[in-house]
Amino acid sequence: MEVRVQNIRKEFGRFPALNDVSLDIRSGELIALLGPSGSGKTTLLRLIAGLESPTEGTVYFGNEDASRKSVQQRNIGFVFQHYALFRHMTVLDNVSFGLTIRPSGRRPSKADIRQRALELLDLVQLSGLEKRYPAQLSGGQRQRVALARAMAVEPNVLLLDEPFGALDAQVRKELRRWLREIHDRTGHTTVFVTHDQDEALELADRVVVMSKGQIEQIGTPDEIYDTPNSPFVFGFIGQSNILPVRVENGQLWIADRSIGVSAQGEPDGPAQLYFRPHDIELLDGNGGCIAGLVTVTRRVAGTRHVELDIGGANSRVEIELPPEKVTSDHSRVAFRPTRWKLFRD
Amino acid sequence: MTARTASLWQFRQPSVIPGFGLALGVTLSWLILIILIPLSGLAWRSSALGWSTFWALATDQRTVNALRISFGTAFVAALINVVFGVILAWVLVRYRFPGKRIIDAMVDLPFALPTAVAGIALTTLYAPNGWIGSLLAPLGIKIAFTPIGIVFALVFVGLPFVVRTVQPIMEEIDKEVEEAAATLGANRFQTISRVLLPGLAPAVLTGFALAFARGVGEYGSVIFIAGNLPYISEIAPLLIVIRLEEFNYPAATAIAAIMLMISFVMLLIINTIQAWSRRRYGYGA
Repeated sequence: MEVRVQNIRKEFGRFPALNDVSLDIRSGELIALLGPSGSGKTTLLRLIAGLESPTEGTVYFGNEDASRKSVQQRNIGFVFQHYALFRHMTVLDNVSFGLTIRPSGRRPSKADIRQRALELLDLVQLSGLEKRYPAQLSGGQRQRVALARAMAVEPNVLLLDEPFGALDAQVRKELRRWLREIHDRTGHTTVFVTHDQDEALELADRVVVMSKGQIEQIGTPDEIYDTPNSPFVFGFIGQSNILPVRVENGQLWIADRSIGVSAQGEPDGPAQLYFRPHDIELLDGNGGCIAGLVTVTRRVAGTRHVELDIGGANSRVEIELPPEKVTSDHSRVAFRPTRWKLFRD
Repeated sequence: MTARTASLWQFRQPSVIPGFGLALGVTLSWLILIILIPLSGLAWRSSALGWSTFWALATDQRTVNALRISFGTAFVAALINVVFGVILAWVLVRYRFPGKRIIDAMVDLPFALPTAVAGIALTTLYAPNGWIGSLLAPLGIKIAFTPIGIVFALVFVGLPFVVRTVQPIMEEIDKEVEEAAATLGANRFQTISRVLLPGLAPAVLTGFALAFARGVGEYGSVIFIAGNLPYISEIAPLLIVIRLEEFNYPAATAIAAIMLMISFVMLLIINTIQAWSRRRYGYGA
């Protein structure tokens, strides 16, 4: 089901947690809310769920105004970071819970409930563990039970709050791939909150980058990474370098040197140059480049990270080179960004 | 030699936490000194009675009635305490209100107050000419000097046991568990009855056991409000004292031994249920 958030504002006391946020979530989409802590991403998720009520604004499920509905009536699935399983119930009872508490008119028969719960446990690859108690499961298994429990009620939308946050790196990676598979198989509209950009970029159809209670950018992982539309997004997603530059006659200048980058159509004046460490080309010449002395080199997996001191204030940049390119400390390296963006204050 | 010792002491696993031997030694000596010696004295004295004497004393109608009143009132009082103790603990854990700290402190008063004072205070209130008793008397309800009065006194002394055992477990309940129930469609009543209370069961059971045990052994507060009519409102501990004052030591010993056995069996059952549920739900270690 599609979910629309319209002009939502939320204040806790007098502290604004969300400020005029609007978001359209398409049916069947897997969407990530990404941002640093305090950016309002969890608050937005809880507002969609109905666990918080907005100070202003509306949430639509399909064409229906869900804002007036209680969390119980919204029929959503919610997965918490710390699982929130019912620990006095077996795995099977946990998964069945949402169905067994329905009023008798809408409640499936006992056999049907059991059948459905077992199917879901099979889907989350926990067959055979239905008689266990949550205390007897590992963290990854508990989170899968939580997901099965949330899906049992055929939710309009599946909401996951930092679902892998409490798990270790290995399990996390595995569950990530597995969540994508489940989503593709079941087609639930899914929103998940994360502060881990890798998770968001790898998993989501679209990523919503949030900061300070506002949405900075909405886009596919490619759009977010390749064409960030604000300094915040550029800085928050992936690695980036920031250099103060000057635009003069369609050319970029650092101090009194032209760096050989043409910026046609940009008005003259000071600006901030943003570029990623790997979006560069190495040069031999003296003119029309950024040049600096190597201060630190680090080998990171398949690339070599080189830190350069290019002189002047705020003058450290990091670039990525192929590992076979060996640079010694204090040697001179010249380069030019091939893909970049200018932001002005 | 070490190999032999190891085979003799197999339950003792090598551990990084030292002092097991010393700690166990101290624990056992202490238990023997404080609990086992007095109780075995009791068992020895009652076994000296001989089976037929013991049986005759045990089945004496006054003794049977006293035991029934003691265990019955303690049971009812512990049940009442479970209901209201859980509600009280809930209020203390969940809500913030002015005077909360005072109420929290008041819960412990029955621990500290001499129970005789409590008994006298309750009697003054509930006696037919007391504040509350005088209001109830025209309705034909008598509280003081009946088993109901005993229950009142035992509710008073037992309350903190339930509150103080349930409270810490309640504080541990994650708000997220309730929210999870709500997202799955559970209304407030379903959340409480199917999610929260079953999760509290082990703690509630402990509180019940403690309040019950306290109630069975309670003396000071009860003797004032009970009226102590033989066969009607006379509790077993009082009957023991009466027998002692009559220098009827065999009868006193027999009643004590029966109380001991019933209490021990009941506590054992409760503890077993509780240990089982704890293990299953993964509370504690």
